[in-house]
Amino acid sequence: MTEQSSPAPSKVHAPSPLDIPARTAAPRPTPSRPAPAQPGSQAQPGGTAQPAGAAQPGGAQQAATAPRPHHSTPLRVTGAQALVLALERVGVDIVFGIPGGAVLPAYDPLLDSKQIRHILVRHEQGAGHAATGYAQATGRTGVCMATSGPGATNLVTPLADAYMDSVPVVAITGQVSTNLIGTDGFQEADISGITYPITKHNFLVTKPEDIARTIGEAFHLASTGRPGPVLVDIAKDAMQATTEFTWPVPFDLPGYHPVTRPHSRQVREAARMITEARRPVLYVGGGVIKADASAELKILAELTGAPVVTTLMARGAFPDSHPLHLGMPGMHGTVAAVGALQRADLIVALGARFDDRVTGKLDSFAPDALIVHADIDPAEISKNRRADVPIVGDCKEVIAELIAAVSTDHEHGLKGDHAEWWAALDQWRTKYPLGYDEADDGSLAPQYVIERIGALAGPEAVYVAGVGQHQMWASQFIGYENPRTWINSGGAGTMGFAVPAAMGAKVGLPETPVWAIDGDGCFQMTNQELATCAIEGIPVKIAIINNGNLGMVRQWQTLFYNERYSNTNLGDRKTELQGTRVPDFVKLADAYGCIGLRCERKEDVDAIIEQAMAINDQPVVIDFIVHKDAMVWPMVAAGTSNDDIKHARDIAPEWEASE
Amino acid sequence: MSEQHTLSVLVENKPGVLVRIAGLFSRRGFNIESLAVGPTEHEEISRMTIVVNCEEHPLEQVTKQLNKLINVIKIVELEPSQAVQRELMLIKVRADADSRSKVLETVDLFRAHVVDVALDAVTVEATGSHDKLEALVRVLEPFGIKELVKSGAIAVGRGGRSITDRTLRPLERSA
Repeated sequence: MTEQSSPAPSKVHAPSPLDIPARTAAPRPTPSRPAPAQPGSQAQPGGTAQPAGAAQPGGAQQAATAPRPHHSTPLRVTGAQALVLALERVGVDIVFGIPGGAVLPAYDPLLDSKQIRHILVRHEQGAGHAATGYAQATGRTGVCMATSGPGATNLVTPLADAYMDSVPVVAITGQVSTNLIGTDGFQEADISGITYPITKHNFLVTKPEDIARTIGEAFHLASTGRPGPVLVDIAKDAMQATTEFTWPVPFDLPGYHPVTRPHSRQVREAARMITEARRPVLYVGGGVIKADASAELKILAELTGAPVVTTLMARGAFPDSHPLHLGMPGMHGTVAAVGALQRADLIVALGARFDDRVTGKLDSFAPDALIVHADIDPAEISKNRRADVPIVGDCKEVIAELIAAVSTDHEHGLKGDHAEWWAALDQWRTKYPLGYDEADDGSLAPQYVIERIGALAGPEAVYVAGVGQHQMWASQFIGYENPRTWINSGGAGTMGFAVPAAMGAKVGLPETPVWAIDGDGCFQMTNQELATCAIEGIPVKIAIINNGNLGMVRQWQTLFYNERYSNTNLGDRKTELQGTRVPDFVKLADAYGCIGLRCERKEDVDAIIEQAMAINDQPVVIDFIVHKDAMVWPMVAAGTSNDDIKHARDIAPEWEASE
Repeated sequence: MSEQHTLSVLVENKPGVLVRIAGLFSRRGFNIESLAVGPTEHEEISRMTIVVNCEEHPLEQVTKQLNKLINVIKIVELEPSQAVQRELMLIKVRADADSRSKVLETVDLFRAHVVDVALDAVTVEATGSHDKLEALVRVLEPFGIKELVKSGAIAVGRGGRSITDRTLRPLERSA
């Protein structure tokens, strides 16, 4: 083990309402750039408090009561400088992006910023997913930047992805000048119109004086309440014109007031139901990680003795090694977790949204359960499954109050008896543990590779997955002990997520080993960011689980399409070699300035993983050639009831205790 | 059972707000029966009156989803018995020398007004509830309707209270 993991990485940040954590500048492996005129340094509070609002033409409505006293002196700057100053003020240290015509003005002052490191990616999609990876790993808001038209539309997939997974991301795009907007100008696209349904909010800024306030609002919106992506589209002429920069700026968001404090009567009611339940389950979603509530969750679980299931977005929110943990529920969840939800008499959903991949056929989901549903987004409550006790609030506060209320009930002698429940749960998890078969032909089992990476890299590393079979195995066979160590594209299921997201995570946590577990199909969608990783000094480790196929689609073809493998084979059909060999991933890695390794035999797996772990100054790509017919089990077929889960092909669990 | 609901939605008077709301309805699969937008007593707030036909549960969803839009300030469902609801209609009816007096008689009965007269037609302006306007159309139909245009419903709650009163409470957050 040569890879040094940082002791207790300070990667869990409570989402500060203002998102201005004090932070040290990230180490820069790149050569230091000359930094002559510093708009940032000029704008440091000069000691003379100036009245805010001087540069506030839009803020006439607002009584300018800024909470903090240090107003900076209004500065005459360009809109672009105001943008960079505002980004510095909200605490941005990293921007992933690519310049282009309409966003050029912003890139000029960016060159001078001492605080902000811009990482030049190779495709805007890479910038977007990198911002997501950064945000998911650190809890801070990720930032990406692109030009108008195609630059902006290339951000559509990562924005949709971040929206589905509630990730705080701010995208800044240049727009054509205001006189060209609406004329089908060169590289014009209505990116705010395009992204209405896939952003938490977006802005089109056409006046220089609105830039700083809008940036402040964008970061506030992205990082508070239910987090999400926010796009700020800025017309080129607004960036070129002059304005006055003051900070802080009063927000103009009269319709935005997220509720974080739960209603105490609802909490007491929920606590009563928890103490009365015979078969409770804590159904934990990604909201618990977003709320930084893992410590509270552990206390609540141990206090109630209720089993915990963690969704795909919540892996790591509760330690896998904990005896109360039943694993992941849903389509590829454990038999015990799925069975627990189906037979529960009470489900306490914490920051989870009853996604179809968890519930299976909705009307047969958990038929006997009462539902306590806590979420910061009221629209999630009773959206899919009617809640008996709705609790709107931040999971950290909700769980803390639940702990207090349950403790009070315990003091009054009300305590659930779950002995019978645990007898059943223990039987299911003993009888139907996660497992896999080795391939008949002696080729490498993909699950084994992933399991070994998890075992050798350990629970302090961060794991990032693409989408498909390898993603499910990575969620199943790696033991997660800490929040923010598992990053994946859950809601959107975006193939190609892993490489750029791992890059973003590594930039956010330079001291932590970051492993991408990727498929050969996924990898080929975004592998151009290997160049970014190599040049910018971002030593990620990428394990390609190479089965030469779009494995999950192939699995469905095996199970539901009579083994008719339509267009899922990525390999060269003329050779007998397994796996994708065109391109040769080892040579590709080499061409991109990374270390390329290949592994085809079980006996080499550990040595190659260790070899990769010893390399800390370059990105490493390992091409694991694995068996193509491995399947993800257990499985609840799409649209069927969770009751019909198969432990393995044609093997249905026996639920009733066989005495 | 599905029934009509009238939502009064206070929104920021900014470009794109209508698109966000219309887009949300279509994306989430909710049908808008009618929609009317206009200014309010506060310059920076617009008011939309949206009539939807749906059951109680989807209505709750649509209200919550609307509330998530950053530009939406407030949503109030106006109960029919507790609100005044009006639509405006302009209707061009065939009316020559022979039929004109009968048309005018009908128009009077409905307390509607003639706003334009031509040799072969009159244009009638009518306001009222949805049902009243439907009834007027029915009785004018035999004369021959040449053209008909109707606004979405607008509505206001009965009594002295105002739903816009408290919405201007300045929300101070600073960057």
